[in-house]
Amino acid sequence: MMATISSVDDSARQRAPLEGGVPGVEAPPLEAVVVRFAGDSGDGMQLTGGQFTLSTALAGNDLATFPDFPAEIRAPQGTLFGVSAFQINFGSSEITTAGDAPDVLVAMNPAALKTNIHALKPGGMVVVDTGEFGKRNLEKAKYAANPLEDGSLARWDVLAFDISALTLEAVKPFGLGNKEALRCKNMWTLGLALWMFDRDRQPLIDWLNAKFAKNPVLAQANIAALNAGHAYGETAELAGPLKRQHIDPVPSAPGLYRTITGAEAISLGLVAGCQLAGLPMFFGGYPITPASAILHHLVKMKEFGVTTFQAEDEIAAICSAIGASYAGQLGVTSSSGPGIALKGEAMGLAVMTELPLVIVNSQRGGPSTGLPTKTEQSDLYQAVYGRNGDAPLPVIAACSPADAFECAIEACRIATSYMTPVILLTDGYIGNASEPWKVPDPAGFAPFPVAFLEEPNGESRVLPYKRDERGVRPWIRPGTPGLMHRIGGIEKAVDTGNIDYAPDVHQAQTDARKARIDGIAAGIPPQEICLGEAQGTLLVIGWGSTFGPIHQAVRRAQKKGYAVSHAQVRHIWPLPGNLGELLAGFDHVLVPEMNTGQFKTLLRDRFLVDAVPLNKTSGQPFAIAELEAAIARFFDGIAGNEGGEVEVNETQLPAPEIEQP
Amino acid sequence: MNDMTPIETTLKDWETDQEVRWCPGCGDYAILKAVQRTLPMLGADPKNTVFVSGIGCSSRFPYYVESYGFHSIHGRAPAVATGIKLANPQLDVWLVTGDGDGMSIGGNHTMHVLRRNLDCQIMLFNNEIYGLTKGQYSPTSRPGTPSPTSPAGSVDRPASPCAFALGSGARFVARSYDVSKDLSEVLMAAYRHKGAAFMEIFQNCIVYNKDRFDDFTDKAVAADMQVQCRDGEPLLYAKETRGLALDPETLSLQAVDVVDGDWQGAGVLRHNVRNRTLAHMLVEMPFGPFPMALGVILDDPAPTFESAVVAERQGLIAGKTADLGKLLARGQTWTVP
Repeated sequence: MMATISSVDDSARQRAPLEGGVPGVEAPPLEAVVVRFAGDSGDGMQLTGGQFTLSTALAGNDLATFPDFPAEIRAPQGTLFGVSAFQINFGSSEITTAGDAPDVLVAMNPAALKTNIHALKPGGMVVVDTGEFGKRNLEKAKYAANPLEDGSLARWDVLAFDISALTLEAVKPFGLGNKEALRCKNMWTLGLALWMFDRDRQPLIDWLNAKFAKNPVLAQANIAALNAGHAYGETAELAGPLKRQHIDPVPSAPGLYRTITGAEAISLGLVAGCQLAGLPMFFGGYPITPASAILHHLVKMKEFGVTTFQAEDEIAAICSAIGASYAGQLGVTSSSGPGIALKGEAMGLAVMTELPLVIVNSQRGGPSTGLPTKTEQSDLYQAVYGRNGDAPLPVIAACSPADAFECAIEACRIATSYMTPVILLTDGYIGNASEPWKVPDPAGFAPFPVAFLEEPNGESRVLPYKRDERGVRPWIRPGTPGLMHRIGGIEKAVDTGNIDYAPDVHQAQTDARKARIDGIAAGIPPQEICLGEAQGTLLVIGWGSTFGPIHQAVRRAQKKGYAVSHAQVRHIWPLPGNLGELLAGFDHVLVPEMNTGQFKTLLRDRFLVDAVPLNKTSGQPFAIAELEAAIARFFDGIAGNEGGEVEVNETQLPAPEIEQP
Repeated sequence: MNDMTPIETTLKDWETDQEVRWCPGCGDYAILKAVQRTLPMLGADPKNTVFVSGIGCSSRFPYYVESYGFHSIHGRAPAVATGIKLANPQLDVWLVTGDGDGMSIGGNHTMHVLRRNLDCQIMLFNNEIYGLTKGQYSPTSRPGTPSPTSPAGSVDRPASPCAFALGSGARFVARSYDVSKDLSEVLMAAYRHKGAAFMEIFQNCIVYNKDRFDDFTDKAVAADMQVQCRDGEPLLYAKETRGLALDPETLSLQAVDVVDGDWQGAGVLRHNVRNRTLAHMLVEMPFGPFPMALGVILDDPAPTFESAVVAERQGLIAGKTADLGKLLARGQTWTVP
């Protein structure tokens, strides 16, 4: 049995240990640790993970999280498919991914143990609640024998004790029923975890008091459980692996910080974008996983001129947003793949009527219902190509929770400046994950105020489709005197917008719609290399939430001496003007994506470049190790060995439906 | 309707320079004229008026009215209108739809705009056929309607738009037809009703379903086969020789003879536009044994959707200031020195 927790980053081990110890902290400081909480979907694992994240951020560590939960709200208790997990990677250096294999696993029942144990690093620590390891739960988890007794966990440090009984004991004074008392188990576990990583309990205590303000007994019981877990770590005379760990704070730029999830960041970015445009926002949405969180956040921001409308379906959600844009607000709608498919026809209407609109797609695994709670990047074709007719519109993709804030502002800017619908791609991983965020100062944002047409722009008459030098038509609000006009989805004459589908008119308007969107490339920043040189042997180019793992893998490959660089593309359509030139500076181009190669196709089409795909569609983010292996193959001297597919492997978060061997 | 000051206009002010492209003799012409004739009577203001439509023959309507207009996509006009009205509650919003657009592909949105009670006027032109796609049977076609997709006659049972509207919680339901002299009166009542005002307007499709409504619109039978619903007045027809009474045994309407004008003696009901039960019975009377109920069948206003949305927002934001800096720093924060 190993008695220490290994660090997440192999390269970190080679560095000199950080100097000095923290009084009362026994083990030497580590650079980064990955912890995974796993339990029944009713055990409050997401909440435990979320609060642990907050305490970690408050301790000044950089972090990344990955919540992973089943599609069922409350799957039958104790079953393999009901396991919910939350992984956090935190440390004293920059963290960009939720980490590959965990160092510590907290498993609240046999099913959680079974579905997660194989991901744990050899020698890693597993904390289990023996109170849940009765015959019935073992059967539900399809264990023939108790794994705590049959020696099958010998590879790991097992820390097994009766958390259920300890929790019941701790909350006894509050007279809760058995069921309610056991609900405090997650707080007990959290208390232990806080002790293990030298975290302050006070923010949690404050949070519990606020959460249960109407029921002080529950607040006190949860706090008692938290304290008991903490005290257990402090006082238990355990000969085993339990050692207190301290992770130094990450050196960060001075300023005010908070944690932020992608869904929060998008909501805030949309509000900021509308403020910068000087417009009220109309948000039309229909509940869908994982996009609903954006609507949940926006309803709390109505003082910023936000109107939210929960429509009867996805189509009504986008059509109402189009109506609001027509009336002079910025219409926004949001969904996930299946809902975006339903919105397709209406997107074409917004393209044809040339009205600003922001469409957020929080991508999930597809096709059809697919994997509602798992992540994938497989809606890129849908975003770029997925409409009837030649219906070009700009597409941008956020690469992290914090980046989503800027992308949302950018989407508002492009939509209003070019009178066009814009698709903003994010995914379930970005939406649910949280990371520390340096709170920006709004004074630093550049406004892009909207000007509506107020006077006739033709000779004594209004010309709703008269374009400016960028091909942009005027925005005219109903209610404006003298500018009455009619628009619609049917092809229309140049300038007047009257119904006209003569051959030369359709040719002219198709060309104009395309030229206007292509022209946006001139108004976006050039593509940058975010790590490495501007030329070399290999460029790893990604988009969206693959940013973290690609960045780490490229960094490690560079340390091995490989001439490899990383670029992450935000503007998917139109692509930045310098991208072709940039790609030409490298011998090889590798495109890792959580799909079967969609961005690869786009790059090949636009630049005739031999972009090599690296694909993964297991519903899980890339592991750094997978990308490192793919990069290495470009440097092993074996021709034809480059890139390749990523196999599903056991270090991933559990897909509980699949039985582990 | 909105609360703006009435404006003086003439019929000409509501005509556009666009060539009207319906088939010659189409009932849509008469409805367009009735609307253009009625808007000046209401003091409506072109700049604050928006006509929103879906797809179909009826949905070309906005191009012919000199106001703001939005010709959207098939069935979705109620959703577009909802966004417009929520963004600017001061606008007068008219929806133009048909039996295919509003009852088939857009049935869902029709239901929700009615149950929410968005303040707008909904004109559903019912010609009982798909015109623009060349004559297929529609959700309101009578059983046995021969068409390109039902050569042996359609087998579907038709939906009743007014019954659908009532079932969806509509607070205003009226019926008229393209060349009716009473259409203007119905349009005015709909405009004055604050909330979603649903109008089923029977419309003659000269090409694919010609004279379909002759059995109650033809001059020869109109008196016998139409009952005009007017608030407070008895439900009489056939030159006041027949009337509608309640059959207490079956709790349904029955047609009774009225002798010497003694409608009270015959038990004939007075129409009451706030009586939802009566409205249900009037729109569900089987035509043939009963006449067609026309006019304002229900007019019982309730608070509108957009006013509720505004009130909800005001409640939520009371005492809050829109400080973006503070919003961004919401939640638990920490400072790195």
